[in-house]
Amino acid sequence: MNEILMIAGMALVTIAVRYPVLVLVGKIPLPPAVVRALKFVPTAVLTAIITPAVLYPRSEHIELGIANEYLVAAVISSLVAWRTRNVLITIVVGMAALLGWRWLMTVL
Amino acid sequence: MNQSLQLHPVPTRRVEFWNGVKDTFPLVVGAIPFGIIFGALAVTSGVTPGGALAMSAIVFAGSSQFIAAGLVSHAAPILVIVLTTFVVNLRHALYAASLAPHMKHLPQRWLAPLGFWLTDESFVVVIARYTKTDAAPFKHWYFFGSAVFMYSNWQLCTVIGIVAGQSIPNPGAWGLDFALVVTFIGMLAQFVRNRPTLIASAVAGIVAVLAHGLPNQMGLLLAAVFGIIAGVIAENLLPGENVKSIAAMASANTNAER
Repeated sequence: MNEILMIAGMALVTIAVRYPVLVLVGKIPLPPAVVRALKFVPTAVLTAIITPAVLYPRSEHIELGIANEYLVAAVISSLVAWRTRNVLITIVVGMAALLGWRWLMTVL
Repeated sequence: MNQSLQLHPVPTRRVEFWNGVKDTFPLVVGAIPFGIIFGALAVTSGVTPGGALAMSAIVFAGSSQFIAAGLVSHAAPILVIVLTTFVVNLRHALYAASLAPHMKHLPQRWLAPLGFWLTDESFVVVIARYTKTDAAPFKHWYFFGSAVFMYSNWQLCTVIGIVAGQSIPNPGAWGLDFALVVTFIGMLAQFVRNRPTLIASAVAGIVAVLAHGLPNQMGLLLAAVFGIIAGVIAENLLPGENVKSIAAMASANTNAER
């Protein structure tokens, strides 16, 4: 079945990025160029996921105005994340901003 | 330094294990809503309850599980889902590379399960433990405690989420679809701390928007690759702005939280 294949594939590639590196790096050092590129992986991947989710919340057209509650909440939570560096506070404030702004837009 | 080491008894396996559990506790709290939302989102995206359970049990990588659920709801091909999982989880290779020098004395029966259990959260606490200079011999038991706690919590939260997801008709109306995004914003702020990472982030964001129309979410992969290249180039062109090792960032973060 397709779902089994999908989950098996996901499990395989995930263990493939975790385990072999743990075993090999102790013995063979990673090339410095690879280490340097890897440093940017979390930043690039996270941004690539966040940006379309925020700018295309209803998936068809880009929404850059204040009527886009996802964009407003993302800006607010980015400021909170930047200042506090605390993921939990960022989540709470971001969710409150999203629901609060959505409510405000229906009232106005 | 040496004198203080002699004054303190060597921590036993049990002490290391429970310290690992204790130090992971704040991060487990952060993972609870994340796990519940994953379970709820997965079943509302078209993943079967058994599939959502299996994903948490054998993939055990939260952000990629979220994205996979999202891709399933867009009916993306399996190859795209697996490839995206690979790219999203590549950061674990970096964590493993940072931990490996501290763990090379361990036998395979330790490295295999600890490798499987490596998550963002456990990495953050475990690298801080390993970089403490005491010569304690059982630091892998600390990792073990942290990992077991994270893993069992993730399974439990997935089950709760599946049950909740089957009773909440439209999670989008509750803003649950935004929970992953806002979690990632919080995580991103830990990484973007200087000009090369800022440039990597900006380029990835711009490419993600430009490539949004591409089929099967290929834009995500393209944006990630361009962002990584931009970061490396920026680091070359801006001497003296070397990006700190992730280990240094992570230990700075845990210190700030304590």
